[in-house]
Amino acid sequence: MSWTRVIAITRKEVLQIIRDPRSLLIILVIPLVQLFIFGYAVNLDVKHIPLCIYDRDGTQVSQDLLKHFQATDYFNIVHLSDNYKDVVSPIDHGVCTVAIVIPPQFSEDLRTGRANVQAILDASDSNSASIGEAYAQAIIQSYSGEVQIEWQQSHGLSAGAPNVSFEPRTWFNEDLESLADLVPGVVALVMAVVGAFLTSLTIAREWERGTMEQLISTPVGKLEIQIGKLFPYFVIGIADTAICAATAVWWFGVPFRGSWLVLFGCSMLFLVVVLSLGYFISVTAKSQLGACQMALLATFLPTFLLSGFIFPIDQMPLVVQWVSAVLPARYYVAILRNVFLKGSEIRFLAGDIVALALIAVALVVLATRSFEKRLG
Amino acid sequence: MKFREAIERIRQMMKKEFIQTLRDPHTRWLLFGPALIQMFIFGYAATMEIKHVSIAVLDQDNTQESRELLSHFAASRYFHIVKYVDRRDRLREGIDRGDFLLAVEIDSGFAQRLRNGQGASVQVIVDSSNSNTALVALGYLNEVGASFAHDYQIDLLQRIAPQLVDFVPQVTLQTRPWFNEGLLSEWYFVPGVLGNLMLILIMNLTAFAVVREREIGTLEQVMVTPIRRWEFILGKTVPFFLIGCFDATMLALIGTLWFGVPLRGHVAVLVLGVMIFLLAALGLGLLLSTLAVTQQQSMITAFFFTMPMTSLSGFGTPVSSMPLFFQRLSYFNPLRHVILILRSIFLKGVGLDVLWPNLLVMTCFALLTLIVSILRFRKSLE
Repeated sequence: MSWTRVIAITRKEVLQIIRDPRSLLIILVIPLVQLFIFGYAVNLDVKHIPLCIYDRDGTQVSQDLLKHFQATDYFNIVHLSDNYKDVVSPIDHGVCTVAIVIPPQFSEDLRTGRANVQAILDASDSNSASIGEAYAQAIIQSYSGEVQIEWQQSHGLSAGAPNVSFEPRTWFNEDLESLADLVPGVVALVMAVVGAFLTSLTIAREWERGTMEQLISTPVGKLEIQIGKLFPYFVIGIADTAICAATAVWWFGVPFRGSWLVLFGCSMLFLVVVLSLGYFISVTAKSQLGACQMALLATFLPTFLLSGFIFPIDQMPLVVQWVSAVLPARYYVAILRNVFLKGSEIRFLAGDIVALALIAVALVVLATRSFEKRLG
Repeated sequence: MKFREAIERIRQMMKKEFIQTLRDPHTRWLLFGPALIQMFIFGYAATMEIKHVSIAVLDQDNTQESRELLSHFAASRYFHIVKYVDRRDRLREGIDRGDFLLAVEIDSGFAQRLRNGQGASVQVIVDSSNSNTALVALGYLNEVGASFAHDYQIDLLQRIAPQLVDFVPQVTLQTRPWFNEGLLSEWYFVPGVLGNLMLILIMNLTAFAVVREREIGTLEQVMVTPIRRWEFILGKTVPFFLIGCFDATMLALIGTLWFGVPLRGHVAVLVLGVMIFLLAALGLGLLLSTLAVTQQQSMITAFFFTMPMTSLSGFGTPVSSMPLFFQRLSYFNPLRHVILILRSIFLKGVGLDVLWPNLLVMTCFALLTLIVSILRFRKSLE
């Protein structure tokens, strides 16, 4: 092991990166683009669901109920229909996701007891549909409660309705900003991509271009190649983490409650994992297309899907939960959520950190063993 | 005669491309393996539904009323009581550790306040480090509260004025989910996954195929042969178009046969929509290839474009929840249109009369990218 040779390899790799300033710029900009999309464009909290209304009752009472739908942020009334066909067509065209139909005898029914309101949901978007259903349900319930109180008062019964209210205190992400809990995922995603994508191409490129033969004919050892090649990407990965974290905290005001030491320590650990994975892929694939596809499959997707970044792990089928247990991204996202939002003591993180470290060791061994300094 | 020669040259080019792509088993696997795996993972893992929220309970009142409230929690299909604790700090610690998502704390005096007709409040702590889950859980919470209050009131009336019970006004909501009656998230995600995978696969394959020749230096060799530019491009793209058709068919079959997504619309419209989208993806791939010299560059640039395209396509979050500016921007995103087309044909069963504007936009996009990249291709060679 000679550090001069490691530095020489690193220098060559750095030169190659610097000579392609556009790619380097894109790599540093990608996390920003992704953060800005999640900060300004994509919101996981479904709001302004387009609503269509068909009021067949047309009385003061039904208008009263509809006012409740107008008053909320959750719905956006986009269409008023006056016949049933006019309800079907906007749903078919995807103009509205929910249609509220008030039956003709609604106010009549309400006077004598129970009344029904119908909600038609465009469940081809099952997520918006079920959220829309919940909002509509809440609006109807609160309306129903108001009607009951009025009724009691008019019948001279005790005015104080036995009202139960919940006083929720939301911990960790008080304003329920989806950006705040997406930031950890974005950081993990960017690191996985930078780490594994870029490194997966480094060795494959040498094979494909034929420069591997030249490299093999030099006295450089395989461990020296590995360290020398990966070091520049390690630095880029850390820079990306810093950019992400700084933008999230200072631009978007995402809280940061843990310690910077844990953030960077664990980020380095995660980088070791993805870099080793990328290196391993690159050694096995030997073509850049193959390496890139495999890296996509091995890092981007699991990080996006199975890490708990967007889809909560505890709601997945059990088998999928087991699969996610071997994914490094899952532990990294959990640690980052903690560092940004919870800021809880390090003993709560110990399990995740140990799991991440074990995976790191396993992958480093795998990566080092896979590379043979030999042709063919 | 001239035309025949051109056809022959394109045929040779296609043959070379097919041999190159299908030659080794490794690459062959890459053409459909990753797509298959992703389809299955997405189908099973991607669910936004929150079906069970784990809660812990601290009941300091311990009366019939408080137990009644808790039984409403237990009876709700959404909540799952995992722990009964007797000290407040246990709640705090459990939330910190992530043992449960929600902690309910009923103070002593709960029943007393209810009996006095005062509003009784219940303290709840929600772990909102996943804001979406927290929001949904809060919604469920209100449902439990409302149903408890209603039952309690009916009970009360039963005692003081039983003759009035039947006349208590109550409004209920009947929901009818159309197109996806069981609100299954697979049905929602599978068509979107199909669009996404097609974009990534075809765009990358095309971009890599051209850039690889440039990077290794074989592009010059091809260019000194009598083949013309448009013949070269046609020969390069047709194989990937066919591969795309094959993959799309495979994924659509898995969607319908394995995940049980219904195909309610016309197959012909589906085929038309997918083919136009494949052309758009090819065009985008070619355009990328004119922007890149090395495969690494083309991959990074592709990634730079696909991430926003996916995020702003309505794949996971509805376009209607985005700010107006981004809603307008998404009209230029072919992925948005194809996902809408796929969902509409599979689930809604609508046809050309509804979908023609989306098809038109995709056609324009495909033509534009193909023409621009052919024009740019000439330049980038010189």
